[in-house]
Amino acid sequence: MSLKSNLMMALFLAAAPTAAWAGTIAPDDVKFEEETIVMSLTGEPGDAARGREVFVNRKLGNCLACHVNAEIKEQLFHGEVGPPLDGVADRWEVPELRAIVVNSKIILGDETIMPSFYRVKNGARTAEKFEGKTILSAQDVEDVVAYLGTLKE
Amino acid sequence: MNLIRKSMVVGGVIGLSLTMGLAAQADPDEDQLIIDGQEIVTEVTAAPDSPFETLYSGWRYRSDETQSLQADDFENPAFGAVDQAIEQFEVVEGAAGKSCASCHEGGAEEFAGLRAKLPRWNAEIGKPETLEHIINECRTERMQAEPWKWEAKAMLGMTALIGLQSRGMPVDVQTDGEMTPWFQKGKDLYYTRVGQLDMSCSNCHEDNSGNMIRADHLSQGQINGFPVYRLKWNGLGSIHRRFKGCMDNIRAKPYKRGSDEFVALELYVASRGQGLSVETPAVRN
Repeated sequence: MSLKSNLMMALFLAAAPTAAWAGTIAPDDVKFEEETIVMSLTGEPGDAARGREVFVNRKLGNCLACHVNAEIKEQLFHGEVGPPLDGVADRWEVPELRAIVVNSKIILGDETIMPSFYRVKNGARTAEKFEGKTILSAQDVEDVVAYLGTLKE
Repeated sequence: MNLIRKSMVVGGVIGLSLTMGLAAQADPDEDQLIIDGQEIVTEVTAAPDSPFETLYSGWRYRSDETQSLQADDFENPAFGAVDQAIEQFEVVEGAAGKSCASCHEGGAEEFAGLRAKLPRWNAEIGKPETLEHIINECRTERMQAEPWKWEAKAMLGMTALIGLQSRGMPVDVQTDGEMTPWFQKGKDLYYTRVGQLDMSCSNCHEDNSGNMIRADHLSQGQINGFPVYRLKWNGLGSIHRRFKGCMDNIRAKPYKRGSDEFVALELYVASRGQGLSVETPAVRN
């Protein structure tokens, strides 16, 4: 393999994680039906165990910043900006939870403080590092939605 | 979503915003701040055009431990910088061979009342000016010395020393006349959602003041204690540094310290604390 084709391969591999996989829905192509998103963004079911990590991770979901979640007892200081998420899966169906995580404004209204985690167009002056990017990947969203789906009382 | 579910959701949202409103009024603690026998006003009835009924100093949202640091000047970690600034006040610098004290023979005490009025209109430059601007204008014009950087230790110490002379005096900034467009610009910035997280100042400090965001107790975002000694910073920091920190947190591109945008925002935020005592140098976490 020549140096050039090696380079091309390296570029392809580097770009692969952000490229649209067959079956992964890009942020601008997400279809809302009656304030729900029925289909998985990745075409696959999410991984609830990994979703729990996304939920906690401050650089990913950082959901505890604003929500109480009794299922995550090992973490101190749960926020109270949003509603507690205990039993959230009793109150919302999974397609509704997916829609709220992807674009909270469509379900909760424009005034909600909740970020939209899978939307490219966000507030003004988005920092260069985050410009044109979603807060979570499609996989992150599916995993966290799978985790939220387990929060029943 | 069926109709019953939807009406429950609407009911839930209204209920939530009501309790949030109550929480925002109830959540600051009841402690009183008295420093060296002087009462510092940390709670005042808001003007009719305020979004709040009662204004609270950020001091009221802090833990007893943090509060006590500010209640005693010997405990207050900002006073090291204040003491250094008292010495700096006498230091001759620049081509004019002057120190601060060369013109201000009465010492920093001459500036009693200044902090409470800032930012104030400067007719010469046709803009509002902050304490940092005033100090640097003295340095470059009268002393013919180099200006200090906005966040330089010497600048923070001097703004703390000069601000301290107004401690206990009510915040009283001008918002009308020439200030009107700057006030309006600051207000617009306050309510504009920015950054990847898509939040405005008001989302946290108006709609959610009193609530916990993780381990932080959200205050009204008052700036009557700046420069503040922030335990997280392990030192003093300016108002504009705090603005920048918030914008970084919500993944927005911050304005520059000293920019027109941050001056306008400083004016507007200061006006939201009219009547609270100047607390400079306050201690926060």
